[in-house]
Amino acid sequence: MLTAIGSLTLLGLVLGGLLGIASKYLKVEGNPLVIEVEEMLPGSQCGQCGFPGCGPAAEALADGKADVTLCPPGGRALAADLAKKLSVEVDLTSMEEKEPAVAFVNEDLCIGCTRCFAQCPTDAFIGAPKQIHTVIGEICTSCEKCIDICPTECITMQPLEATVQTWHWPKPKERRLAA
Amino acid sequence: MQEYLLIILGTALVNNVVLVKFLGLCPFMGVSNKVDTAIGMGLATTFVLTLSAASSWLLERFLLEPFGIEFLRILTFILVIAAVVQFTEMAVKKISPVLYQVLGIFLPLITTNCAVLGVALLNIQEKNTFVESLLYGVGSALGFTLVMIIFAGLRERLSFADVPESFAGAPIGFVVAGLLSLAFMGFSGLSVQ
Repeated sequence: MLTAIGSLTLLGLVLGGLLGIASKYLKVEGNPLVIEVEEMLPGSQCGQCGFPGCGPAAEALADGKADVTLCPPGGRALAADLAKKLSVEVDLTSMEEKEPAVAFVNEDLCIGCTRCFAQCPTDAFIGAPKQIHTVIGEICTSCEKCIDICPTECITMQPLEATVQTWHWPKPKERRLAA
Repeated sequence: MQEYLLIILGTALVNNVVLVKFLGLCPFMGVSNKVDTAIGMGLATTFVLTLSAASSWLLERFLLEPFGIEFLRILTFILVIAAVVQFTEMAVKKISPVLYQVLGIFLPLITTNCAVLGVALLNIQEKNTFVESLLYGVGSALGFTLVMIIFAGLRERLSFADVPESFAGAPIGFVVAGLLSLAFMGFSGLSVQ
C-alpha cells in the first residue's frame, strides 16, 4: 500500500519535474511585439475582429496584416494606443465610439435555454437551465455575441448608467467659429 | 538480426494494430480525410509509440516488478504516455514550428490513442525484452502509419465516387475499413511470428 502510494507519487513528481525542466529548455521565444500587443488587447477572445481570438489578432497586427481599428470592445482609445505602439498613422475620426454598454436580459422573454452561456467569452451570464438568466455587468465586455444566439431576442445592449465613480463632465460641444 | 526484422514485419503487417488488433480506431477514422494529415499523424504517433513502449518497459522492469505493484500497471503507463506526449509536443514546437502548425490538435490527442497503451501492455503480456519491446513499438507504429496513409488515399478517391446517399460519409468509410481489414488478413499467411 505505502510502496504503491510512494512510488506513484515519486513517479508523478519526477515526470512533472522533467516536463518542467524540458519546458524551460524548449521554450519558444515568440515575437516580443506580438506578446506586447496581445497584452494591450482586451483578452476576452470575443472574435469580433474576425480572428479566432486576441492571440491571432495580435499576430496579424504585428505583421501589419490587420488594421489597428479592428477591436470594437477596445474602442478608439485602444486604436490610438495600438497606432502609437506600431507607429502607424490612423484616422480615428471615422471610428465609431460606442457608448459603454452591458448586455441586459429581458426577464419577461427569457426562457432559460442557456444558449447565451456558451457564447459568452467572459462567462458574464449567471442562471441555470429553465431559470431566468441575468448578466453580471462588471464582467460583460459588450461584445454582442449573445444577441444573435438568443431564440427569443430578449438580450439587448443597454448603456451603462453613470455612477459616482464613472460620471464625468460632458465634453464641450464643438463650435465652428466664424472666421 | 533476422528475428528483429521479423518482429517489425510481424507487428507492421501480420498483427497490424489497427486492422488486425482493432486498436487506435479513433484517429484511423477521424484523421484520415487527407493524405497529408494522415502522414503527419502517423509520424507523431510513431515517435510517441516508440518512446512510450521503451519507457513503459523500463518502468515495468525497474519499478512495478521489484515492488510487486503490477496492479498499478495501466495507471502508470497512462501517466508515462501523457508525459511523453507532452514532451513530444514541446519538442516539435521547438524543433519544427511548421510541423507543429500542421499537426495542431492531433498531437495532444495521441494521449488517448488506445494503440499506444495497447502496445505497451502487449509488450508486458508477451514478456518481450527491452530491444524486442522497442522494435514492437516501432513495428506497430509503422503499421499504423501505413494503414493511415492507405486509408486516407482510399477516402480521397472515395470522395469523388457516386456513393448511395444512405452510405455516404462515415458508413462507406467503415465498409472500406472492413474490406481493408480483410485484405490485411491475407498477411497471416506469411506466418513470420
